[in-house]
Amino acid sequence: MATTVESPGIRREWQRFTPRQRLIRYAFYLVAVAALIQSINSVDIIPEFLEDAPAQIVDLFARMWPVDWAYYPKTVHAALIETLHIATLGTVLALIMAVPVALMVATNITRWPALRLLGKFILVSSRSVNSLVWALLFVAVFGPGGLAGTLAIAFRSVGFVGKLLAEALEEAHKGPVEALTATGAPWLSLMLKAYWPQVQPSFWSIALFRWDINIRESAVLGLVGAGGIGMALDDALNLLYWDQVALTLLTIFSVVIAAEIIVTYIRSKII
Amino acid sequence: MTAAVANGHATPARGSSPGRSLVLRNLRKEYTPGKPVLLDVSVEFAGSGVTAIIGPSGTGKSTLIRCVNRLVEPTGGEILFLDQDLAKLRGRDLRAARRRIGMVFQEYNLVERLTAIENVLCGRLGYVAPWRAWLRKFPAGDIDKAFELLDAVGLADRAGHRADALSGGQRQRIGIARALMQDPDLLLADEPTSSLDPKTSVEIMELITGLAAKRNIPVIVNIHNVELAKRFAQRVVGMTGGAIVFDGPPDQLRDDHLKQIYGGEAWL
Repeated sequence: MATTVESPGIRREWQRFTPRQRLIRYAFYLVAVAALIQSINSVDIIPEFLEDAPAQIVDLFARMWPVDWAYYPKTVHAALIETLHIATLGTVLALIMAVPVALMVATNITRWPALRLLGKFILVSSRSVNSLVWALLFVAVFGPGGLAGTLAIAFRSVGFVGKLLAEALEEAHKGPVEALTATGAPWLSLMLKAYWPQVQPSFWSIALFRWDINIRESAVLGLVGAGGIGMALDDALNLLYWDQVALTLLTIFSVVIAAEIIVTYIRSKII
Repeated sequence: MTAAVANGHATPARGSSPGRSLVLRNLRKEYTPGKPVLLDVSVEFAGSGVTAIIGPSGTGKSTLIRCVNRLVEPTGGEILFLDQDLAKLRGRDLRAARRRIGMVFQEYNLVERLTAIENVLCGRLGYVAPWRAWLRKFPAGDIDKAFELLDAVGLADRAGHRADALSGGQRQRIGIARALMQDPDLLLADEPTSSLDPKTSVEIMELITGLAAKRNIPVIVNIHNVELAKRFAQRVVGMTGGAIVFDGPPDQLRDDHLKQIYGGEAWL
């Protein structure tokens, strides 16, 4: 009978990391701690103000209470509606602008590298500028108000929507595209019948997601004069009417929650 | 190598229509330069009847068939069909030529989120303007034809079902209907039964060959199941290593040939 028993032999050692890796890891920890100490030093924390903070918070809430409900019908309601318009129109505009850019960027659709590079440049420039900065630019061009806000939202969203849409296009299955190519379908028919049905769920999902984000973003655009509820907030803050600030913040909070609920509901229904 | 090539080409069973014949001359394909997958293949396919191309995986069968409708770009050679060299066509002319060639795929390649009938109607996309396809306003004649084809493949009751709700065999039937919707002069089938069970495979092959024969459309089918090839084809082309090593009627296909085509003999 041949019994195969593994002979114990020499003891084998095992360690998760090589000495070199360990050295690198310790060096990393050291650098991280040094960076933390350096940044605490550089932010100039004033101890008196830090001690004072709890009292200040209590004071702030005291001044916010009771909430000035009468401010809502007077100013906040109209501003809120404008915010919703800015967010929705901005999102629609962004979707329209993002589709051609996404087609330019998707590697399986655009084979010409220069065009892809141009598309990527558009997407990156859109995303690298914060919507508040876009708003400042458009306020300078079109003057304060909802138009500047809408364009700010749209231009900031193009990068986001375009990038995600391009990724969805790239993930589309090649098979149906191949099959419809074989029928002699022209480019536009391929887009409409082979790609669009495949990216449709992603498209609506991206649109809803971005609308949700834009509701939040458009609420602060008023701080730089680009219309919406942020303007009401700005006025109340400048005049130190804390009870009105409280009302405006509560309104923004409720709208964001409502948008979240609506988006979740629609998403579960259509996708 | 020449020893295995059977004497002469098979004569198609029925009267051949020379207009629909396909001639490949020195067809060559290199995916990476210097490593040819197709070694200057020259072969003629008659204008009717079923030709089966057999051979092991990775031997260039699929590449050969995909070069015909230019889903794969040939590196060199000529593809003569309907009085033109398909290898030279571009843009509009290429699309016009593709409309004349139907294709059935191994993975069916249906648009999953469209209904069965819409997938069949997709066979007309080479003829119908994009905006009409977009608005789903296909000509009435096309819709009649789509229903007729759904009847022919036995799926008329599934017309409104989405493709992703159908079984593999049903999807392939839709794939066949879509290819025939083109009213093609040639039907290519790339491993149409490889993803199906044995019984469904036979049904699908019966459907392809039967419907094509009724319309007198020549069929070229890639298939690695030798039994199915022998049963449904009037001519068998055996490929190995990017070259044709057997060409003749199925009854001339011997174990020696299969040994040469697939290598080894333990499996026989």
